[in-house]
Amino acid sequence: MFRRADLRLAAAGAVLLAATSLMPGWLLVLAATALAKGIVALGLLLLMRAGLVPFGQAMFYCLGGYAAGLGSLWLGIRDVLLLLLLAGLAAGAAGWVVGLLIRRYRGIFFAMLSMAFSMILYGVLLKSQDLGSSDGFSVPRPTLLGLTMTGTPALRILFAVTVLLTVLLAWGVSAYLRTAMGQIGPAIRQNEVRVSYLGYEPDRLIHREYAASGLLAGVAGALVAMLVGQVDPGMGFWMTSGEFVFIAILAGTGGIWGSLGAAFILEAVHAIAFDVAPTYWRLILGGTLLVMILRFPAGLSSLAPRRVRRA
Amino acid sequence: MSTLIAIAVDGAIHGAWLFLVAVGLTLVFGVMKILNIAHGNLYAIGAYAAATALGYWFASHPPSAAALAIQVGAALAAGLVLGLLLEVAVLRHLHGRDEVSVALATYALLLILDDVMLMIWGTDPQSAAAPYLLLGASRIAGMRFNNYEFLVMGLAILVGLLIWWVLTRTGTGRRLTAVIHDREMAAAMGINVRAVHVATFVAGACLAALGGAFTAPMIPVAPGIGAEIIVVTFAVVVIGGMGSIPGAAVGALVVGLARAAAVHLYPPAEVFIVYAVMAGVLCFRPNGLFPQAAVRRI
Repeated sequence: MFRRADLRLAAAGAVLLAATSLMPGWLLVLAATALAKGIVALGLLLLMRAGLVPFGQAMFYCLGGYAAGLGSLWLGIRDVLLLLLLAGLAAGAAGWVVGLLIRRYRGIFFAMLSMAFSMILYGVLLKSQDLGSSDGFSVPRPTLLGLTMTGTPALRILFAVTVLLTVLLAWGVSAYLRTAMGQIGPAIRQNEVRVSYLGYEPDRLIHREYAASGLLAGVAGALVAMLVGQVDPGMGFWMTSGEFVFIAILAGTGGIWGSLGAAFILEAVHAIAFDVAPTYWRLILGGTLLVMILRFPAGLSSLAPRRVRRA
Repeated sequence: MSTLIAIAVDGAIHGAWLFLVAVGLTLVFGVMKILNIAHGNLYAIGAYAAATALGYWFASHPPSAAALAIQVGAALAAGLVLGLLLEVAVLRHLHGRDEVSVALATYALLLILDDVMLMIWGTDPQSAAAPYLLLGASRIAGMRFNNYEFLVMGLAILVGLLIWWVLTRTGTGRRLTAVIHDREMAAAMGINVRAVHVATFVAGACLAALGGAFTAPMIPVAPGIGAEIIVVTFAVVVIGGMGSIPGAAVGALVVGLARAAAVHLYPPAEVFIVYAVMAGVLCFRPNGLFPQAAVRRI
């Protein structure tokens, strides 16, 4: 059950947790956002392994953020963990419903259709005055197991929650990828017809993975919403999805480390580019993406030393 | 009744305009299998180029029909330069890669071009209203329509007919059709596929820029117009069946009418009606209305 990779994951989590008290507020927000985007990337990893690139993952991210916000405003739920659960379930359920339709599509059509759904949500939110239209609304600071949190300590606690959750979810994803089910994804990418000859149903697998990736993105959206204290429709715009796809491309489909690492790199590039050339950070982002696609088609995880594995 | 006529006219105008912008996208996809996400930027650059050129010209000349020639000239110049540049510098090197990777490379181009445009033209909206006011207005069913909008409609029809004529009545068009159907076989028959690709991409870029140049007088030309248009043109192209030119025409009309209906009957739906229509069409026709035949790999 536990392998060396899992221990490494736990060790990385422990280091981050230990460093929590040393990190200043801005770094906490940055690192927590990176981890949250890493969670989204974990979901994308599932789909990318099957050769599918969803260009609308921001829909679930946005949905999760709004679910957390509305859960605390309308339902009076204040606990971080309950809100995360609510957001994950809401986004996962949405993923399941959309998946009913989208699981039939591959390639460009899959990408475009998922983008269409995310733009529908974006449009609806933009026009919903009860939800603050284009401004969104602010999300109150949540509590943890009845404890109220304020100021920088609140950020520390949220960061710690994010770290624990990321480790847990990353472990879950890597465990799933080792199962027989988890190995079918790459087979679908290579030859879907043969996979169905083997007795598996590609559509059902994709459906399940799509719903799971929705759940992950929803949890991440809720985390960011609580961290920043604000949600707005921009979370669901297709440019946000583009950022997630950027992370996924940077990561490649090698495994969880690529996804988490790529999310950190993106946030770091973001932060540095904002500092150096605030108006031109997309130029840097686009240039990096182009170089990645042209020179390292298999992503970051292809750069790691590879051992030959026998089946 | 008058609402119905208004919807029809509005929808036709909007649909024609959408066709003008989307046809280049579907052409490039049909021939090169590239879903050009940066198409919206080519459109925006066309709009900016036209706005700049018109600004220079009308600073020292009285308003005249020369405006239209300037718009066409600016669009073709921008499309030619950028189309060649992008094809030779980037897209050529992605030959043979899967469609999604190539689409993502064009997404990277979108990010880069967005900032390059910001460097050149800044964030202030530019105005190119001169041609819009040139032609006066007319009334249909009690609604006022600017004649310029009918001019754009005429241009879209002209472009559509021209493409149809080139594709079906000229040797170039036949070679293009051959490449669309089977690239390897076309190459084996002695068609210079690379030249066809360059020509197609440049034509697609020119069409996008032309769409932008003729839209410029109707809107404030500001950052973000490309990102706004690109998802709508995707919807048009996907509804019609990617790579199909008649499909793009039908898709544009469907989307134009749906949007006009939303505007007149239930305005809040305007922002998402396009995507709802697209999702609806794909539910019943998974590959759009006029899909290209595909080989199933076993």
